[in-house]
Amino acid sequence: MGDMTSVIDAPSPSPLGEPAVDLRGNSRRRWRETRVKVVLLFSVGITLAISVAIIASLLGQSIDFINSIPLDNLWNFDQWAPRIGDFDIATLFVGSLLVTAIAMIIATPLGLGAAIYLSEYASPRVRRTVKPFLEVMAGIPSIVLGFFAIAWIGPEIVQKLFSDASAFSLAAAGIGVGLLVTPLVASVSEDALRAVPLSLREASYGLGARKLTTVTRIIFPAAISGVVAAMILGISRAIGETMVVTLAAGAYGEANFTTNPLDVGMTVTSGIATLASGTDQVAGGAGTAASSAYNSLFFLGLLLFIVTFLLNVVGESFVRRIRERY
Amino acid sequence: MSAPDIAISQRITTQRALRGRKVDPANIIFEIALILSLLTSLGFVILLLATVFSDGVGVFQERGFGFFTSNLSRIPEQAGIAQALFGSAALAVVVVLVAFPLGITTAVYLEEYAPDNKLMTLVRLNIRNLAGVPSVVYGLLGLAIFVKLLGTDMAGGTGITGGRTIISGGLTLSVLVLPIVVITSSEALRAVPASLREGAYGVGATKWEVTKKLVLPNALPGILTGTVLSLSRAIGETAPLILVGAFYGTFFTTGDTGTLGKFTTTYTALPQVIYQWATEAQSEFNVELTSAAICVLIGLTFVANIAAILLRNRYEKRW
Repeated sequence: MGDMTSVIDAPSPSPLGEPAVDLRGNSRRRWRETRVKVVLLFSVGITLAISVAIIASLLGQSIDFINSIPLDNLWNFDQWAPRIGDFDIATLFVGSLLVTAIAMIIATPLGLGAAIYLSEYASPRVRRTVKPFLEVMAGIPSIVLGFFAIAWIGPEIVQKLFSDASAFSLAAAGIGVGLLVTPLVASVSEDALRAVPLSLREASYGLGARKLTTVTRIIFPAAISGVVAAMILGISRAIGETMVVTLAAGAYGEANFTTNPLDVGMTVTSGIATLASGTDQVAGGAGTAASSAYNSLFFLGLLLFIVTFLLNVVGESFVRRIRERY
Repeated sequence: MSAPDIAISQRITTQRALRGRKVDPANIIFEIALILSLLTSLGFVILLLATVFSDGVGVFQERGFGFFTSNLSRIPEQAGIAQALFGSAALAVVVVLVAFPLGITTAVYLEEYAPDNKLMTLVRLNIRNLAGVPSVVYGLLGLAIFVKLLGTDMAGGTGITGGRTIISGGLTLSVLVLPIVVITSSEALRAVPASLREGAYGVGATKWEVTKKLVLPNALPGILTGTVLSLSRAIGETAPLILVGAFYGTFFTTGDTGTLGKFTTTYTALPQVIYQWATEAQSEFNVELTSAAICVLIGLTFVANIAAILLRNRYEKRW
């Protein structure tokens, strides 16, 4: 009915030759469209606000932190003990580096191998059965893998292989993180391998190449940017992983500088988590020593944010490259 | 040898070469290596489940439902996860109420309404990057914004979130899963074919009518899958909760606040309790009780994951 009246009420033809009938529909419907659009735009604004809030909250307190401590304190290969004012981030950097390296040594062959098998060798039936398992594996909470790392990986793998390893170690944490990252590496590189067009495989077989040659010399090189992306995203995930390291690497609240993966150690992430655990003044942020310890949380967070952000941007650009090519 | 003989012998060699050896050892070794790497990953998962189950099953046998209905305690025989289950459920409610509507509406705008301009490209890029931010950084965001900034008012009293409460924790987890909800919902919306929309526009429907009556119902299974997965992610997160102050220690008072009051007082959550128990010195805590609590957590996340996978397989439409 509303439409009828709007047609009748429509303005008479203007001398400029505008249409006689108002085609925009009735005003109630148009008003609803506008309302919906405003609500939706509000949500979009929130996502932008979150990024601004992350950067603002990290940056503000990081600057306070930098101003509150002597700068040579930040890099002296001594120890990370924020509660007593020792802020050597080299300790945490080396810890993160060791854990990430061990994680990728585990995750690359496992994830890539699984990806090549599922994409090139497995029958559709096997693929359909196995893929959900990998997806479930990706859904295991990291605290669970952290417990597995102390309960099994530490004593049964690390200490069996290296008798001088401590019960908690960066190596055990690294293996745990590696298992956590494996499904991610597998899924991103499988997507890349499956994106390689069938015509390439057919051409290779047509020239008489055997399966092994086709996979290693044709398909793998064609999908290489996707595989690189999988590795970069895996590294980014491993650097950001918190709970496995917090539980399995053993250091709690403070850590000595070490380059030995068999030692107790700490990463940037577990530095944040263990410093925030407990109910002392760090959590409350009172007092001068405590407040630079409290602010150091945000400084570590900022470093972590920058590193993972850069890795993700590079990783994404590699993913886009393979998507554009085929 | 005459010319025909050579021709015949050449033909035989060629035929042999073409028929080839059926077995290519290098290829088989390669395939076995690939299968091994797959089985190793799956083997670890099975081993993990077996370890946790065998260590935790005793608690369920001895205590039965008592484990689910008891509060935290210093005495291993009395310690249970009632408060943790309540906390996790309450956090999940906040996530459902905050992250899902925000995430789905953002996805609807980006897929159905957004103009193709630089700002929207930036928004999309931003959401993808947010999805890659480590969860512990979201904890810092929650600590700075929800606990400190919104948790205290100008005079230094408690603010709208009340400081270290379920509201702050739930908002932090909501922000954490928001990009995942947006990305999965966008994918689901994108899978609805354009012809459907064009048909509706052709008979005079407005954009919102098309979205509400055609696009959203058809994308619903995909959106549901994504939201269920992000909820299971939220339930399993520990690191952000440590920072925004899920309770770490033992409750001394037990359940003397009303249901609504519980949203604004001290709380804990299942992963937080696992973390706490795993770092205790006694083996009753760091092996048996931890394993039992992990069984519950894994049970919850697996049920969610499997539900999501089944949902997707069941409603996956081929257009």
